[in-house]
Amino acid sequence: MAIARVGSSEKVYSPNKRSKRNAYLLLAPGLLWLLLFFVFPLLNLAETSTKTPSPTFETGEFVQSFRFANFIDAFLANQAQFYRSFTYALAATIIALAIAYPLAYSIAFRSGAWKNFLLILVIAPFFTSFLLRTLAWKQILGAEGPVVFILKFLGILPDGATITATAFSVILGLTYNFLPFMTLPIYASLDRLDYRLIEASGDLYANGATTFRKVTLPLSMPGVVAGTLLTFIPASGDYINAQLLGSPDNFMIGNVINSRFFRVVDYPTAAALSFTLMTTILILVIIYIRRSGTDELV
Amino acid sequence: MSEPKKVQGDLILSNITKSFGDFVAVDDLSLRIEQGSFFALLGPSGCGKTTTLRMMAGLEEPTSGKICIGDTDITDTKPYDRPVNTVFQNYALFPHLTIHENVAFGLRRRGVKEIDPAVEKVLNLVELAHLKNRKPSQLSGGQQQRIALARAIVNKPALLLLDEPLGALDLKLRRQMQIELKWIQTEVGITFVHVTHDQEEAMTMADTVAVMNNGKIEQMGSPADLYENPKTVFVANFLGQSNFIDGTLESSDGASVVANIQGTRITFPKARNNASGKDLKVGIRPEKFRLHSAGDSVNGNVLTGGIITDISFFGVSTQYLVEMAWKQELMVFEQNDGGAPDLEKGDAVTLSWEPQFTFALDANSN
Repeated sequence: MAIARVGSSEKVYSPNKRSKRNAYLLLAPGLLWLLLFFVFPLLNLAETSTKTPSPTFETGEFVQSFRFANFIDAFLANQAQFYRSFTYALAATIIALAIAYPLAYSIAFRSGAWKNFLLILVIAPFFTSFLLRTLAWKQILGAEGPVVFILKFLGILPDGATITATAFSVILGLTYNFLPFMTLPIYASLDRLDYRLIEASGDLYANGATTFRKVTLPLSMPGVVAGTLLTFIPASGDYINAQLLGSPDNFMIGNVINSRFFRVVDYPTAAALSFTLMTTILILVIIYIRRSGTDELV
Repeated sequence: MSEPKKVQGDLILSNITKSFGDFVAVDDLSLRIEQGSFFALLGPSGCGKTTTLRMMAGLEEPTSGKICIGDTDITDTKPYDRPVNTVFQNYALFPHLTIHENVAFGLRRRGVKEIDPAVEKVLNLVELAHLKNRKPSQLSGGQQQRIALARAIVNKPALLLLDEPLGALDLKLRRQMQIELKWIQTEVGITFVHVTHDQEEAMTMADTVAVMNNGKIEQMGSPADLYENPKTVFVANFLGQSNFIDGTLESSDGASVVANIQGTRITFPKARNNASGKDLKVGIRPEKFRLHSAGDSVNGNVLTGGIITDISFFGVSTQYLVEMAWKQELMVFEQNDGGAPDLEKGDAVTLSWEPQFTFALDANSN
C-alpha cells in the first residue's frame, strides 16, 4: 500500500478534507443566522444587565458600570416569582405528561384508521394564536362563564369564589397551551417503536403491565424527555397565562421581566432576570438529561 | 409472572383454522409434532406457515381448533403464560438492554433465583459470553441471531419456535448456523419448530418437514421421503426440481408398476405410484438421469432419441437440456466426476435411470 501511494500521493485530493470543507460551507448560513439573531442579542442583553441608570436620571438611559450586584438585587427582589415559575411549570409538565402519554399511546397503537385525523386534532390549536386561545380560556373559566355557572348551580363552588385568578387556572392554561409539545415527541417515539419488541416481551413471560414498564416506557423515554423539556422550558418563562388567567398573586418571573422591560423601563434588572432564568433552566435541563440517561438509547 | 407449570409432551394442533376477514390463512390444519424433534414448516410466503407459528406462540388466536402440548390445552393461554419461546425473524432484541439483560429477561419475569449462572451457561453454549455487556446494536447479524436463540432457550421451554431465523444472514453464515442450530437442538433436547421458505434449510436441519401451501399441509415426512417420493406436483417442485412426463398406467402386479410414457415402457415400484387413476405424471429428478451416447446399450428405464440443446457448467455438476422426440425438454444433472461421456450441444443421447427413482402423480394434479 505504502509503495503504491508514493508516486500519486501528492496529486490525490483527500476526500476527507473536501467533505470537511463542504460541511463547513453547509453550516455557514445557519451559523451566520445564529450569530446575528442569537449570539448578538445575547451579548447585548449581557451588556445591558450590568448597567446602572444614567446620572441624569433620564428614563430609559443607562450607562455601563459593570454592576454585577444587579443580578443579586434582581434575584432577591423577585424570589417568590422565580419559585412560582418553576413550581407552576413543573406542575404543568407533570399534568401534561399524565395526559399526553396515554393520548400519544392510543394514537400510536390503538387508533387504526383514525391516526392521522387524531394527529391533526392534536396540532389543530396551533391554527389560532396562543393569545386568543388563552383569552378563550379566560372567557370559559371567567366569573360569567359556563364552568363557574354550572359549578355554582351544582353547589360545588361557593358563592363569590372564582376559578380565574387562581394558581389552578394558570397551571391549567400552561398545561393546555403546551400539551401538543408534550404529545408529539412522545407519539413520535412510540410510533417508531418496533411492535415485535412488545411481542417478544410477551413471549418472554412479561404480561401487559410488565411489558409497558420494561420495554415500552424505556424505549419511549427519548420522547418523554423531549416532551417534558419542550413543555417545562417555555412554561417557566411564560407570562401570558399568569397575566390573563391569574392575579398578581400568581405572577411568574416572565411577568416581572415583561413589566421591567415595557412598563418600568428598567432594562438592566429585566436583563439580569432573563439571564438568571436562562441559566437556571440550563442547569436544571443538564441535570435532568444527565439523570434520565437517554443519550444511550437508539 | 409465576413459573408456568411444567408442561410436556407432543405438540398437537387439532383442526386449526385462522381467517383474517374473508381470507383463510390456515385451513383446518391438524398436526402432531413429537416431543424433542426438530420440525420444519416449509412453504412459500403467504402459505400460512408464519400464522401457524404465531398461533403456537399465542400471538394470534385461532378462529377455531385446539392447540395442546401433551394433554395441556394452551389454545386460550396468553403468550406470557405459555411454555413456548420464539426466535423472531428480525431477532427483536431489546435495544435498551445489554446482551446479559436480554438473555435474563425471561428468567427475571418468571422470578427464577439463579439468573447469572443460567445466562452465563447459555451464552457459553452460543459462544458469545464475552459480549454480555454489549448492546444489541454493537453486534453483527450472526451474533444477534445467536443471542436471540440464547434468550429463548435459556427459559427451557417445552417448545421453541423459530421464524425464518436465518433469513437475514448471508449464505456462508447461514450454512454455519444451520449446523450450529441442529447441534444446539440435540444438545438441549427441546422441541424446535422451524418456519422457513428455504427448502435446503428445512431439509438439512429438520427430522420432519411439513410442506404447506394455501393454508394446508401438502405433505409431511422425513426430508428424504419428501424429496424422493413427493405426493403432489407442488411438493415435487418446491423441494428441488423435477421433470414431469405424461404417461399412462399399463399394468400393476406385485411390487412394481408398468407405465407407458410417450411410447416407451418403464417400470417403477408400486410404492412410488401416488396416482389414483390411469393417467399419470411421471416424475424423475434431474440428477437421477444418466446420459449416454445414442446407441449405447443401457439398463434400467431408458428413453432414447434425445438431442442435447444446452449445456451449463455449475462446478460440482453440469446441467444438460435434452430435447426428446415429443418436443419436451428434460433437465439432466451429471456430476463432474468423469462418469459422464464427453458430450456437446447437438449430440444424440439416450437417458437412463434406476426404476426406484421414479415417482408418479395424477395427471391432473398440480
